[in-house]
Amino acid sequence: MTLLNESIKDEISKRFAELEDPVRLVNFTQTIECDYCTETRQIMEELAGLSDLISLDVFNFIEDKDKAQSYGVDKIPATVIMGKKDVGIRFYGIPSGYEFVTILEDIDMISRGDSGLSKATQEKLAALANPLHLQVFVTPT
Amino acid sequence: MVHLAHQFAFESDMVTADMVEVTEFPHLGQRYGVRGVPKTVANEHSAADGALPEAQFLERILATAGLGGSA
Repeated sequence: MTLLNESIKDEISKRFAELEDPVRLVNFTQTIECDYCTETRQIMEELAGLSDLISLDVFNFIEDKDKAQSYGVDKIPATVIMGKKDVGIRFYGIPSGYEFVTILEDIDMISRGDSGLSKATQEKLAALANPLHLQVFVTPT
Repeated sequence: MVHLAHQFAFESDMVTADMVEVTEFPHLGQRYGVRGVPKTVANEHSAADGALPEAQFLERILATAGLGGSA
């Protein structure tokens, strides 16, 4: 069974036709999959199937412990979205509803290579001298 | 708010940004006192409840994290 229906897939495919640079999805799950691990992995598989520019690696949180550590992933389901390098974008839990759109927006941003932020915001962020870790809490919508 | 936080992470090597689906990680919801969503935590401190425009969101998280800006 697929999670994304055909009309949504068509729409996303059109959107993905505009992609420029490759985007990599890195998903962490485990053998006996946790709540929403299966669905999260499946969403990523279906998205990766919609564009040649999107690749997916699925790792086992327990067996691929080194990988989890190298990405700083401490809970699952976890998904990293990155281009050539990891910029610190993480999804913990299922990105459903509104956050499904966030994934599409993140993919666009990474592929385009432009944050889309205002000049003022870019300048303030460029001035940061210390690490900033943000956690945005959401619920499925 | 998640995409905006991810935009910040994309823009700056200093920033990392997680979406956390709180019903799957209730212990984190408890730890940070999440009563409504979206809620943003910056360097372990509660920074913003609800959705905010880009400039205000940045001000709020920088002030909370003690990295400049005003609350």
